[in-house]
Amino acid sequence: MTQLLEVRDLRVQFSTAQGTATAINGVNLSLEHGQSLGILGESGSGKSVTARTIMGLLDMPPAKINGGEILLEGEDLLTATAKRRRQLTGPVMSMVFQDALSALNPVHPVGRQIGELYRVHRGYSRKAAKAAAIEMMDRVRIPAAASRVNDYPHQFSGGMRQRIVIAMALALDPQLLIADEPTTALDVTVQAQILELLKEQQAENNMGLILITHDISVVREVTDQVAVMYAGRIVEQGPTAHVLGDPRHPYTLGLSQSVANEDLKGRRLPAIEGSPPDLLALPRGCSFANRCPLADEQCSSSAPPLESVGAGRTSACFHSGKVASNVAYSN
Amino acid sequence: MLHTAIDNDERAVASSPIMELRGIKMHYPVAKPMPFAPKKVVKALDGVDLKVLGSQTLGIIGESGCGKSTLARVLSGLEKPTEGKVLFDGVDINELRGAERAAMRRNIQLIFQDPYASLDPRMTVEQILSEPFEIHPDLVPKGGRKAKIAELMELVGLNPDHLGRYPHNFSGGQQQRIGIARGIALNPKVLICDEAVSALDVSVRAQVVNLLQDLQRELGLSFVFIAHDLQIVRHISDAVATMYLGRVVEQGSYAQVYDHSSHPYTQALLSAAPELRQGSNTARELIMLQGDPPSPIDPPAGCRFHTRCPIAQPSCSASEPDLEETAQGHQVRCFFPGPLAGRLN
Repeated sequence: MTQLLEVRDLRVQFSTAQGTATAINGVNLSLEHGQSLGILGESGSGKSVTARTIMGLLDMPPAKINGGEILLEGEDLLTATAKRRRQLTGPVMSMVFQDALSALNPVHPVGRQIGELYRVHRGYSRKAAKAAAIEMMDRVRIPAAASRVNDYPHQFSGGMRQRIVIAMALALDPQLLIADEPTTALDVTVQAQILELLKEQQAENNMGLILITHDISVVREVTDQVAVMYAGRIVEQGPTAHVLGDPRHPYTLGLSQSVANEDLKGRRLPAIEGSPPDLLALPRGCSFANRCPLADEQCSSSAPPLESVGAGRTSACFHSGKVASNVAYSN
Repeated sequence: MLHTAIDNDERAVASSPIMELRGIKMHYPVAKPMPFAPKKVVKALDGVDLKVLGSQTLGIIGESGCGKSTLARVLSGLEKPTEGKVLFDGVDINELRGAERAAMRRNIQLIFQDPYASLDPRMTVEQILSEPFEIHPDLVPKGGRKAKIAELMELVGLNPDHLGRYPHNFSGGQQQRIGIARGIALNPKVLICDEAVSALDVSVRAQVVNLLQDLQRELGLSFVFIAHDLQIVRHISDAVATMYLGRVVEQGSYAQVYDHSSHPYTQALLSAAPELRQGSNTARELIMLQGDPPSPIDPPAGCRFHTRCPIAQPSCSASEPDLEETAQGHQVRCFFPGPLAGRLN
């Protein structure tokens, strides 16, 4: 069976007034039907650019795809025509954005925005599209959907708006859903509802889910697989429980330690010193070397490749074997 | 060291309230849709009593719209409350005028959420950090300011050689350090951190949290720490207050509020945070709240939480419970306080 999604050696750069910024520097990903993958990273790590490249939403220029392949069920999206892409967006893959208010059109009722998908892709009549929209709103559990179908986005609360965006994304039963920080703007109570909804819809429809977030606890909660990104590369990848429970890359370890937990009360948090590298001038060696407690000369001269470190796991570190035992972040 | 460090014995003595809110109401008028429409107000704070103890941290938790940020503005004197008193060292800050008010203002400083937006992009770091001393010229003589500013930079972990740079030359974490340096420049007693670490990346957030705790120890500062990251609030706070729709519904020590939460809202809020469920020694079962908080324009009658409360009884919509002490120092605003476990159907 072909993979649902396969990304091979993807490279994306942005030209800026200050020079060329390398946003994605050779990313490989794969996702099977019904699987969920978390992409974990800080700002500037390239996680959102990865999603936007897959969806074909990059503004080019300033962005430029410098190489790689994105195969959706074996079909290369980077060479597909604009028309073919439009056919795929919606029925095969779709996306949920962080800011639901700006993802919705403020001058159209939400029912019309959901219904538009059915009208364009399935040729439904206005009436049938509206009925389908109500059904969709029911499915994402918007109370009294039939009476709210003619309401405008501003009449909904933040959580309800995100449900509408999810309803639009799920309307044509896609096989791949990319959710980019879907709960970052929401309160924890509403976040719990939205994550529950995403998990449930994913399981029911055997959909592939890519969840992009900076929040390690959200990844733990939702996904089977995780890819940790740093400065445009994946530094560690594998089953979520194993990667986050027993990291094989010093950055993953640092991330999981710097989140406070009950036992650290009254003590200093183990923090990763310094800040991520400048994307305009990435170092020649490992991008994490200047913050890494394990770094040596080898790390600053050449970049470590992503190598297997156990069943279904990869890590891009020359010292992956030493990570668990010896790394201590300053505190 | 530019300030005298206080040791632990003094810290215990210093733990009398340095700031106190008494019956604070902050109502904002809402624009009328039509000229003769009834007058409406948003009740952002609706009767809040809180104490900030000396050299301690008070954490404030609650959903957006519960009044956390309004509380920060009222505490810092940026906003005059509709009703109630804001006491600093026993004196109502809104009664002070002129020189007295100016002198009081330097004791209470605010650190904002967005580090870049809170720094003037056209000023160098040196100009930004010398501004407080120009406003309060009697604190440090003109000749000593340069040295003092360099000292501040070192205190927050920045290189004093970078004083000539502009805010955009710094990373987000460094910008927040500049904001903190400005906040502590005048030796304040109280530092109000309104989502001060929320915009920072996880790895940088830990550095800034450590910095804040170091400064508290060295300078004997009191913090009011407002954040939506519930694990960080637990980590940094001595006392915690939960707010819901403009009211405090539970307060106590961090251990009482987090580990022995008694109000159903606090329990539901904490249970919704995955970072707390995962990093906890006590098992928390997810209590899913339905819907969103009601509008602060027309808060529900009776207990404000009854519309979403999993254990609400008919009596909860009839009258509002008072904030009552259930244990030493632990206050809860609920007719049926106590753990929810076993009480849900």
